[in-house]
Amino acid sequence: MSQATQDTAIRTGRVTRTLIYLVLLLFGLFYLLPLYVMLVNSVKPLEEITGGGMMNLPQVFTIEPWLKAWSSAQIGVDPTGLKPYFWNSIKMVVPAVIVSTILGALNGYVLTKWRFKYDTILFGLMLFACFIPFQIVLIPMARMLGIIGLAGTTWGLALVHVVYGIGFTTLYFRNYYAVFPTELIRAAQIDGAGFFQIFWRILLPSSGPIAVVSIIWQFTNIWNDFLFGASFADANSQPMTVALNNLVQSSTGVKEYNVHFAGAILAAMPTLLVYIVAGRYFVRGLMAGSVKG
Amino acid sequence: MGFLDIDNATKSYGAVEVLHKVDISVQEGEFLVLVGPSGCGKSTLLNMIAGLEEITSGEIRIKDQVMNGVHPSNRNIAMVFQSYALYPNMTVGQNITFGLEMHGVPKPEREKAMQEVAKLLQIEQLLDRKPGQLSGGQRQRVAMGRALVRNPDVFLFDEPLSNLDAKLRVDMRTEIKKLHQNLGTTIVYVTHDQIEAMTLSSRIAVMNGGYVQQLGAPQEIYDTPANIFVATFMGSPAMNVVPAKVTVLNGRPHAEVAVHDGSMAQLPFSQDNLAAWDGREILLGIRPETITDLDGADRKSSNIAQMANRIVVTEPAGSDTFVSMQLGGRDVIARMRSDAEVAPGQDFNFAVNMEKAVAFDPESEMRILP
Repeated sequence: MSQATQDTAIRTGRVTRTLIYLVLLLFGLFYLLPLYVMLVNSVKPLEEITGGGMMNLPQVFTIEPWLKAWSSAQIGVDPTGLKPYFWNSIKMVVPAVIVSTILGALNGYVLTKWRFKYDTILFGLMLFACFIPFQIVLIPMARMLGIIGLAGTTWGLALVHVVYGIGFTTLYFRNYYAVFPTELIRAAQIDGAGFFQIFWRILLPSSGPIAVVSIIWQFTNIWNDFLFGASFADANSQPMTVALNNLVQSSTGVKEYNVHFAGAILAAMPTLLVYIVAGRYFVRGLMAGSVKG
Repeated sequence: MGFLDIDNATKSYGAVEVLHKVDISVQEGEFLVLVGPSGCGKSTLLNMIAGLEEITSGEIRIKDQVMNGVHPSNRNIAMVFQSYALYPNMTVGQNITFGLEMHGVPKPEREKAMQEVAKLLQIEQLLDRKPGQLSGGQRQRVAMGRALVRNPDVFLFDEPLSNLDAKLRVDMRTEIKKLHQNLGTTIVYVTHDQIEAMTLSSRIAVMNGGYVQQLGAPQEIYDTPANIFVATFMGSPAMNVVPAKVTVLNGRPHAEVAVHDGSMAQLPFSQDNLAAWDGREILLGIRPETITDLDGADRKSSNIAQMANRIVVTEPAGSDTFVSMQLGGRDVIARMRSDAEVAPGQDFNFAVNMEKAVAFDPESEMRILP
């Protein structure tokens, strides 16, 4: 990868530049403020928070709230901490992301390289899936899950997210494959490769950037989803987001803000990690195909 | 019966017919070039031979086997694409052997075939590289290697040289010709470059608007083009086509053409069969290299006509000097020796080799002479 060229389109004086950076710095600090508050208060004893001074650094440093949020806090009726729900979320997210990405890739492959009559109309209809509000599908989806016997299960939740995500993943892969040279597919056909062989051997190995985009997008959306989780999961299959809500709602007497903060950070951690690890590929993938060479 | 028979092949998209009853029979070991401007249907025809596009009606046969509906991989053909279409995720070696692998050839045999082809094309040192690390010429070689390794009945080339720079293109052209001479394979080659067509082919099919305009040996196409399209498409600079009137002087048909000041030059035809056109308008076709100065005229020609005309522009190109003039109301280019003494504005005595002249019917644009 070549470095982005650092062309300065507009020449600015030193004063203007200082001003610009100052304002940017201010915005940046303001933007980071919530994270600061969460971090700082998650390592304070409760008295320090209730005594006022949310913005202060902790006088006594403790990781007790983190441990409590993870393994012993009251979630609904059981004092289990967020741990089991974290695993619920993982069990939901991983298959949902993998399946929806692979299906999206297959759809993109068919829609661009195995064109058929009315394929653009079909693609247009699939795009609609990106605009359907969550609320509309709740009741029909609950009915469907009941019929196929997946109501109240992690698998059912994963299925819902796969179905809801296909629209997005198809859009990504279709647009990526639209600029993938068709001559390569034809060459592979002449070489004797079949439909799936072309997909696995030629197309997928060249889909790294867009696969990263699809995975990040799906991962954050599914992980952060609350509505589907609250609607379709039972007490044993609730994802992290629902459990976090229950943690905050179901306090026994005192509101343990420090535990809540720690829980919230735990819930946000995986998406943060995904961005940090794969973020630079994300931008690269979104830009793919826009510039030749 | 040829080795590859294209028998009344037609292609339509919906109601639009883009190829009209193409009929070509290619012999074994022949190098057929399909040439024409973009949109003439040449690539469509090639894709139909490859099986990448359906045939609407008619038949394509390879070794007397009807290929309609047969999958591309079962036709025993290989294709070299304009973009080379090398699989970017595989090494050169894997690219070359991918087809063999897909056809279930065991690994030791694949390796052996790969080594042979790599040696033939001198790409042995590149086998472990990815296509992205290769230069244009190297990619071209790998693409040919991928085609050669399968030892196909017919090679299909789809404008394989158009992505190379001018010098490399000439080198690779020679290379392809050498390869054809050494291996004696049957090749169908698509190009829009008439020089490639002339230099490479054993036969050319000139195509335009979905029709084969003329099918023949390169020299035949050059000397006796079937119509004005072929005449002006083949050759660079293009053949000069000027309106002329047939007059019979002393029992011999002449072309009467207006020179720069409106006076008439009489150019005698070599053949007598134009006498029937006495007094009628024709279009006279003269190749630029057949208009020269008197010293540069073809000594073997039995029919050099002289014509006085004014030079408008001279363009020295090193090996030749191009001279333009007004003839029959049109711009006409003459290709002269570089040391011909010419200057713009000068009245000059040109020599026209009328043995090579061609005449066309202005109505149908078909050749009437020779």
